[in-house]
Amino acid sequence: MKSFDYVRPATVAEAVAAAAQPGAVYLAAGTNLLDLMKGGVSRPDRLVDVTHLDGLDAIETLADGSLRIGALVSNADLAHDANFAKSYPAVAEALLSGASAQLRNAATVGGNLLQRTRCAYFYDTASRCNKREAGTGCDARDGENRSHAVLGWSENCIATHPSDFCVPLVALDAVVEIEGRSGRREIALDELHRLPGNTPERDSALDPGDLIVAVRLPPAARVFSTHARYLKVRERTSYAFAVVSAAAALRIENGKVAEARVALGGVAAKPWRARPAEDVLRGVAPTADAFQEAAWRALADAKPSGDNAFKIELARRIVVRALLLAAAGTPARLPALPASPFASTSGAIHA
Amino acid sequence: MPELNLTSAPAHLRHGSNIGQPLTRRDGVLKVKGQATYAADNHPPGMLFAVMAVSSISRGRVASLDVAAAKRHPGVVDVMTSSHKPPLAIDPEIKTNPFVFRMEVLQSDEVRYAGQPIAVVIAETLESATEGALLLAPRYETLPALVGLDAGESFVPPVVGVGNPSEVHRGDVEAGLASAEKQIDATYETPPQYHNAMEPHAIVASWDGDRLQIDMPTQGLMLSLARIAELFGIAHDKIHIRSPFLGGGFGSKGLMSGPPTLGIMAAKLVGRPVKLVLRREQMYGPVGHRAPTRQRLRIGADGEGRLTALDHHARTVSSTFDDFYEPAADASHTLYAAPAIRTSHDAVRVNTGTPLFMRAPGEATGSIALESAIDEIAWACGMDPLAFRLKNYAEVEPISGKPFSSKALRACYEQGAARFGWAKRSLRPRQMRDDAGLLVGWGTGTATFPALMFQAQARAAIRRDGSGVMEIGAHDMGQGAWTALAQIAADAVGLDIDRVEFKAGTSDLPDAGIAGGSAHTATAGAAIHSAGAAVIAKLADLATNDERSPLFGAGNAGVIARDGRLVRRDDESRSESYAEILARAGLAEVEASGTGAPNPAAMEEYAMHAHGAVFAEVKVDPELGQVRVTRMVGAFAAGRIVNPHLVKSQLFGGMIWGMSFALHEEAITDRRSGRIMNANLGEYHIPVNADVPPLDVITVEEHDPHVNALGIKGVGEIGITGSAGAIANAVWHATGVRVRRFPIRIEDLLTQS
Ligand SMILES: Cc1cc2nc3c(=O)[nH]c(=O)nc-3n(C[C@H](O)[C@H](O)[C@H](O)COP(=O)(O)OP(=O)(O)OC[C@H]3O[C@@H](n4cnc5c(N)ncnc54)[C@H](O)[C@@H]3O)c2cc1C
Ligand code: SF4
Repeated sequence: MKSFDYVRPATVAEAVAAAAQPGAVYLAAGTNLLDLMKGGVSRPDRLVDVTHLDGLDAIETLADGSLRIGALVSNADLAHDANFAKSYPAVAEALLSGASAQLRNAATVGGNLLQRTRCAYFYDTASRCNKREAGTGCDARDGENRSHAVLGWSENCIATHPSDFCVPLVALDAVVEIEGRSGRREIALDELHRLPGNTPERDSALDPGDLIVAVRLPPAARVFSTHARYLKVRERTSYAFAVVSAAAALRIENGKVAEARVALGGVAAKPWRARPAEDVLRGVAPTADAFQEAAWRALADAKPSGDNAFKIELARRIVVRALLLAAAGTPARLPALPASPFASTSGAIHA
Repeated sequence: MPELNLTSAPAHLRHGSNIGQPLTRRDGVLKVKGQATYAADNHPPGMLFAVMAVSSISRGRVASLDVAAAKRHPGVVDVMTSSHKPPLAIDPEIKTNPFVFRMEVLQSDEVRYAGQPIAVVIAETLESATEGALLLAPRYETLPALVGLDAGESFVPPVVGVGNPSEVHRGDVEAGLASAEKQIDATYETPPQYHNAMEPHAIVASWDGDRLQIDMPTQGLMLSLARIAELFGIAHDKIHIRSPFLGGGFGSKGLMSGPPTLGIMAAKLVGRPVKLVLRREQMYGPVGHRAPTRQRLRIGADGEGRLTALDHHARTVSSTFDDFYEPAADASHTLYAAPAIRTSHDAVRVNTGTPLFMRAPGEATGSIALESAIDEIAWACGMDPLAFRLKNYAEVEPISGKPFSSKALRACYEQGAARFGWAKRSLRPRQMRDDAGLLVGWGTGTATFPALMFQAQARAAIRRDGSGVMEIGAHDMGQGAWTALAQIAADAVGLDIDRVEFKAGTSDLPDAGIAGGSAHTATAGAAIHSAGAAVIAKLADLATNDERSPLFGAGNAGVIARDGRLVRRDDESRSESYAEILARAGLAEVEASGTGAPNPAAMEEYAMHAHGAVFAEVKVDPELGQVRVTRMVGAFAAGRIVNPHLVKSQLFGGMIWGMSFALHEEAITDRRSGRIMNANLGEYHIPVNADVPPLDVITVEEHDPHVNALGIKGVGEIGITGSAGAIANAVWHATGVRVRRFPIRIEDLLTQS
């Protein structure tokens, strides 16, 4: 392995200063970063270990009713926090459908947001990849691209963002709190991940040294708790990234959809908020027909980037199903197979 | 290797007989406590770490390596390349016998597949060696890669598998097809698959002059030893290999391959012990895999659903430099009673590491195609798939015409179907749903695997204290040889299992043959059985010829060995303990050897196979296409069951593998570069616990007097066969969609809703 400096700052300010230098990256649990380093995909000169920073591992309800999740809270702790799971069931379900129990125990909230794409050509250093090395080309474009993007891609990059967690978060208008060289700022999660355009090497809106300190869910995110689901189609029941996933959340009043939230995962370089689908649902009855219409709108701009046309049709069907599940109501307990189409199948005993 | 503290037999076991008892594995506690020493756990003093640099191109040559940069890296001791390496005694391209495969040990700068070793960096730490390997930054002269089943001109290989003819026929297939009332003509594809044993290939090698000490997982201690001896030009008795435990092998650790050979060369080059362990992604190249296949089946049946002809053709690939051909079509030799059968193969050469045996080589790939096709013709005939299989039940082996040494397949069908509840199946597809609205499908597949025997020796001794010793260089790959073979050994010398010191897993012990072909228990067991009988015979000679023994003169009547005593067969009141016999004779021990080998006369007369019937239930989401296996029942007849517990585990493992084959497993090859794009356990999907439904295994009683003295058939591989097809057929039954390219993917099932 390439030699690198390892620093363990005592404060956030020290961390930001240490990470602002070229070649420095933050290390959280390392479940993504260390794999990338072992494969020679990421070759940092300096690791700034943030796992010992104080005060970043709390889940707190703020005075205005927002929920603030520290960047170092583990994926497992968050999903298993009873209050959290009750208030934001789709987020808990998404978390539990990701990776494996061992990985979730380690992985942090901040790391999950900023995990890199799983594009195989990004991982394969012998391949050309604009994201890994700007301007070299994209070997996925004419390669094995069955799992690549159908929305928001460009000729320069057709990769997807793989996070499950981010999908319901973006649907719920989550906000990311950032500590940077010029102090604290916050941006909508929807603004955090970038579409590739001509600069796929830039995954996110973060500048060098920017540290995610927390993710915040606004007070309004709670109103969906009784009608919120996450659905993830994958190639095995657990321990697989989404082929396509969707989060759906509804506020139903007097038999009509007062407000809808829909987002898709596995389809684009960012968690894909489907606002046209939400708009068409406002004020209508939560019927299968309405959900079909919403699904068409959600995927109206989709186009295959390779051998993946099926993902468009699959995404439509997933949106419909997720909305139907949300309309049926959040189950009293998280299903044994979270986010699985088989969540309700009897006899399932594993997460 | 420290002494192995194998767990004692639990006290509740039936006394007197060891074979047939459900002992838990005796190495289990060691493994749970992390005390079982695997090859890579050995760290002799002064040991260095070796890391392979592998090719990223599939075809061409290495034009340059930045050896200087690697050597400058702190901790790097040396870099072994094609121009800087110890000499070998024999060209690794020479095939000295059919079990020798060509390997890449830096003999030239030619690249023949992606992942081929092109240099080895040796350093004080693993990290230094790893970075050194990266710093080599190879430059290549690249030629277009040959990739896929249509990469080039096809040819008919002279043999497939291990020496099987590539074409076999009986009867007139074309006439049979022409006369058929119903016909199917279907083409199935199976992907390349990699063994992916949990334990990566590893070696720790130390030279002391011309003596060589090796820790290395191997399924074939003696084959490896012979190959090492010939490559390095040293005598067999200068080499000692320890392989007490393997973390799985599945065929990929059967024969000596390039990487461990490089480890031995590296140790020689630097004059210090060297450890070389493959990274997971490096297991997708130089250590074998299951080749992809494209199989065309043409089947005809008459008006009553009786087969008239079965034509099974398989296209596969081999490497550009060696020959191994997945014998997929041979699966059609044994199962169904068609009057005309033809099996044939052709192949193309691609830029890949040479394919190799992978758990049920040929049987697994062939079975999923054959069982799917049988379902298709049954449906064409409007028949229940089980009824169709029974109608075409082979009373003699169809292709050879030989009777079976034993075949309890009918009982497997009956017991499996009853346990599963098959009778309630709808004939037509897409008829069954569960409460949640999921499509439900039931499918079946027939399992079969040949009952093979190789050659083995064992040495047995009875000691002065009345205890026994059994020595055999057998291999525990995780399947439970430490337990099952010790059970056979205990019975063979008439002692409790705890009174027999069972030694295995090192190359200084008698040759146990290869642990492959589902034949290890049968082969090593036969040798143990015969060594035990021989040592007991010697003991009996001592007693029955000694007038001071209560057994004097029992020579003709004979004695039996039981609980550490010899007992006169016709008068059980007369007996004497082993210890008494040896004490009187003034001997420290008696010792004898035995062999296990196939019986050519029996093989001439009989077809020998294990059989089974697998029933699977799947649920399919009608809109989203995701499949879940919800139930499986497998009924298997495999001769004598030495340890029901271990046998069930093997069959469970096989059934899960079958599920993997049908629904998950696939190496994704970049069509341009020939590189495997999912060479990791995150993305090379095999089932996880959450995918595996309750599995139900029935072992059907079967007595086989012909296969070997103990009546054992193997169980290591058969579980895959039948299972994969049963699941594919269940998916069809659930959805009405016949998927012929495996694994079955979500998009294959999105066609309807
Ligand atoms: C085999 C496997 C399967 C997986 N399956 C899934 C899945 O199904 N669904 C899913 O959603 N995920 C999956 N994951 C990904 C997993 O969720 C991520 O690896 C994990 O969330 C990353 O968190 P971490 O703390 O380990 O981050 P790290 O690996 O430490 O960091 C990841 C990145 O984030 C940066 N970073 C970390 N924290 C901060 C911060 N506070 N501020 C700024 N930058 C930061 C790091 O610099 C790095 O670039 C899988 C991972 C593996 C290895
Ligand atoms: S899709 Fe993006 S990440 Fe993948 S190879 Fe192309 S540029 Fe790289």
